[in-house]
Amino acid sequence: MYPDKTKMESLAEATNLAEVKGRSLWSDARTRFARNKAAVGGLVVLIAILLFALLGSFFQAWTYEAIDWKLMGRVAQIGGPSVENGHYFGADELGRDLYARVVQGTGISIMVGVVGSLVAVIVGTLYGATAGFFGGRIDNIMMRTVDVLMSIPFMFVLILMLVIWGRSITMLFVGIGLISWLDMARIVRGQTLTIKNKEFVEAAIAVGVSPFTIILRHIVPNLLGIVVVYATLLIPGLIMAESFISFLGLGVQEPMTSLGALIQAGSKQMLYGAWWQIAFPLFFFLATLFAFTFVGDGLRDALDPKDR
Amino acid sequence: MMATPFLTLENLQVTFEIRRPGSWPWTPPRQLHAVNGVSLDLAAGECLGIVGESGSGKSTLARAIIGTVPTSGGKIRFEGKDLAEMEPGERRAHRRDVQMIFQDPLAALNPRMTVGEIIAEPLVTHFPKTPRAEVKQRVAKLMERVGLLPNLINRYPHEFSGGQCQRIGIARALILEPKLVICDEPVSALDVSVQAQVINLLMELQRDMGLSMIFIAHDLSVVKHISDRIGVMYLGRIMEEGDADRLTTRPEHPYTQALISSVPIPDPKLEKARPREVIVGELPSPMNPPSGCVFRTRCRKAQASCAGERPKMITIPGEDHKVACPFHEAEALLEVTA
Repeated sequence: MYPDKTKMESLAEATNLAEVKGRSLWSDARTRFARNKAAVGGLVVLIAILLFALLGSFFQAWTYEAIDWKLMGRVAQIGGPSVENGHYFGADELGRDLYARVVQGTGISIMVGVVGSLVAVIVGTLYGATAGFFGGRIDNIMMRTVDVLMSIPFMFVLILMLVIWGRSITMLFVGIGLISWLDMARIVRGQTLTIKNKEFVEAAIAVGVSPFTIILRHIVPNLLGIVVVYATLLIPGLIMAESFISFLGLGVQEPMTSLGALIQAGSKQMLYGAWWQIAFPLFFFLATLFAFTFVGDGLRDALDPKDR
Repeated sequence: MMATPFLTLENLQVTFEIRRPGSWPWTPPRQLHAVNGVSLDLAAGECLGIVGESGSGKSTLARAIIGTVPTSGGKIRFEGKDLAEMEPGERRAHRRDVQMIFQDPLAALNPRMTVGEIIAEPLVTHFPKTPRAEVKQRVAKLMERVGLLPNLINRYPHEFSGGQCQRIGIARALILEPKLVICDEPVSALDVSVQAQVINLLMELQRDMGLSMIFIAHDLSVVKHISDRIGVMYLGRIMEEGDADRLTTRPEHPYTQALISSVPIPDPKLEKARPREVIVGELPSPMNPPSGCVFRTRCRKAQASCAGERPKMITIPGEDHKVACPFHEAEALLEVTA
């Protein structure tokens, strides 16, 4: 009646050998994200747009700065989208290839968004977590600094910076990087305040783990969910800000371009019937924004299912 | 009577400063005396139980001993050395010797770390040069010791039950082979059958590893089962302390008597027959404690003189038993069933 002893031993050995792989909260979130159709759709569109921005230039017949002299002056009549002359999306008012320019502009716009939100993630997270974890006077000083920086009308300062130090991509990155982390720092600090009172942080303090290690090992991983969501939702905002500045004519410099600059140029040409000059940049602009927003919403639902 | 004092608390005070929201920075904050003059001794290898109702300062006392809460007065001596006078290096070593087990088993584990990482954290923190294979081997051995399958080393805390999580917490506390383990209500969040398992595990570990232990709980029957000696706390003060058996069978302080009579007896006839003393009212505010004896507002023996001076600890002659009540008298109560 008793089970075979050797069998039991081999079973015990088998269970001992096979280390069970745990399901982390991250893998749970991945499953939840995969179930969200809008988010997955957004992600697919986003990847497509990224591929377009990265690899689109390999398929262009013209560079983004070359002028097609044949179209000069007659862009509205014969500059429309056509496969034969290589202007897949048509040409802009100077006869430059719109396809190449949209590829280039999409790349710049996404880069502004991603760089800005990377700065926000790195600076904002560390700043906010430090302020929240140490609390007291350090927290007060750090957060009042953020308040002061926030009260400065950023668009105005950015425009001034661009006027004083010249219009350049670097200046744009610096300007957007300077302000994008402020909100993030506030959000992260608030989140840190709740996490630092959890018992596992106290356990780490009691063990004697150094404060900086506690921030990196125990606090940051637990607020990364919020950070990722906020960073994804921040990107569209930054793309819009860049577009607005470019729309004012202060953003990237010719012959480089961005989606905002393209839309601005296109809007002027609508009168003459050159619809493609606004339609294509606008399509990519909106598709990027929607895709980021859907992905961000999906991440939020996946990463904190409690807070819905 | 006492063995070599391993841990001594002398008139320990922990005070929190409470600022009214919106008050000026220069208005003096109000003082909250969470622990107000506690003196206790703990011998090596002994288990000291601390009981008291919620808000009596038990957990704050524990946190003062491990050093996560600053003390505002009195002394903590660990193996004869004053904690406040320790050099940073000694302090680090002290951290190694004193570990804590927490009340909420799941909240005490970082949800983003695997069980193996959690258990290994103290080891990796204090001995960063330990080779990886050795760390893993020690973690696996300890997991087995506390009754967890070592092949679950890569799992995450949310994949375990409350009892298992508490075992993980115990393993983390034991990996550095500490001398003193402080258990802050380690079983109050668990259901009764699991409570028994965890307590038996703790007792077994204490015996095998020769640990000293401070066991905090609000459940007297649990404390009696595991402790050699018991201290009863009320509003940041020790009301009565002594040998566990004596204190639970012949309590002298009216508060202890009331606490014991509130433990239900699992026999309906006995339970109905016995006299009941119910403490009425709530714990007074620790911001504004009653003068003299802090228990007098709810005490059935309270007299006018109780409001005067703080009652002294009276040692019962010939016994390991001290009580902070001048009107103490033994009362034969039905024994607490564990």
